[in-house]
Amino acid sequence: MIVMTKDTMQIVREQDVVPFRNRVRELSTKIGMSLVNQTKLITAASELVRNMLKYGNGGKVMLETISKNAQSGIRLIFEDQGPGIPDVQQAMRDGFSTGKSLGLGLPGAKRLVNEFDIKSAVGEGTTVTIIHWKHGR
Amino acid sequence: MNTTAQLLQNNKSKILETWMQNQLQDNSLRDDLISNEELRRQSDELISSLARATSTGNVDNIHAPEYETVIEILSDISITRARQGFSPRETGMYVLSLKQALSAILEEKHSDQPEVLYKELLIIHRLLDNLSVVTFETYIKGREEVILRQTDEINEISTPVIRVWDGILALPIIGTLDSARTQIVMENLLQEIVNTGSSIAILDISGVPAVDSLVAQHLIKTVSATRLMGAECIISGIRAEIAQTIVHLGIDLSNIKTKASLATALQLAFSMRNVEVRNSSKKTGFSISR
Repeated sequence: MIVMTKDTMQIVREQDVVPFRNRVRELSTKIGMSLVNQTKLITAASELVRNMLKYGNGGKVMLETISKNAQSGIRLIFEDQGPGIPDVQQAMRDGFSTGKSLGLGLPGAKRLVNEFDIKSAVGEGTTVTIIHWKHGR
Repeated sequence: MNTTAQLLQNNKSKILETWMQNQLQDNSLRDDLISNEELRRQSDELISSLARATSTGNVDNIHAPEYETVIEILSDISITRARQGFSPRETGMYVLSLKQALSAILEEKHSDQPEVLYKELLIIHRLLDNLSVVTFETYIKGREEVILRQTDEINEISTPVIRVWDGILALPIIGTLDSARTQIVMENLLQEIVNTGSSIAILDISGVPAVDSLVAQHLIKTVSATRLMGAECIISGIRAEIAQTIVHLGIDLSNIKTKASLATALQLAFSMRNVEVRNSSKKTGFSISR
């Protein structure tokens, strides 16, 4: 896998969500992603970035355009230094929420993108990596 | 009394003159926004308070109480300038040109003692650099206030409730639906339901760029609140890509009436109220009957 472009955005306030979403839209348009895939990626990104703000006190996102086997895609890495998730399996279950939300953010984001990876350590923070390919399903 | 304070005290009028000259010569002077008399009054006030503050012997800690008036005057100037539409450069140059004026006078006074000159210059520069940072901070604060006010205004005007038919309301939502916005939408909608006695509300989300679980949750809450008031809610403007996304996210909207476009939502609303829209065979084109 080759990383073509790399960019970082700090997310510390609610107001950072919209510019971030626009940046993701810009990148996915640039690699020629279809509208449906774009919307899926943006929605997943939006979920994760909101989680980061709500539970992780903000953090940073690395935005990369990548290429593998002649297919291009977008990789987003969400990193926060928040309290971490004690039980990742439980957090990935539909309808589980420690806040008062629907509990669909993490499992929903996983269903929306092609590749999803979450690493979390209590007291250290959480890192979520998602990849969506240009011609992903 | 230290030398800096003495310098300010004894050469007040000369400093003011040099400073005024600097300001008037600068290209960025905005005589369209501020009159010369006003500028002179402001500058005079600032030098006087600066002289008072330095006379206490404190020349480096601008957060000390003796600098309160100086900072007050500066903040006042930069906030008014931010509101009047001065650029950051024009605002910053105000304090920085005082630095130039003071440096020039120091140079004249201590031209034969380079060591003293160097020390004095350092003190003056440090002090005025600190003060110019204050100017910038308050300038940006002033601009932020303007932005905040505009955000409020946009929120106010961007959530209109339209009465499209007797008993039917429409709410076009444009932009991101966050908690604050949902609150306004809900308030406006519920109030309008009371005012007009409407029984159907159409929420059109064609203009919402992304529907994530938070937006969906806000929509569901709005629909529930409308139902509690005895009215029915239809969500329209669900585009193909958004429909797919909602399904993948796992959001259940099955007990809410949803339509792809405002037109079909309106049709549904008409049929719910037993209103019929049909082409008339006569030359008028179309007629509405109930």
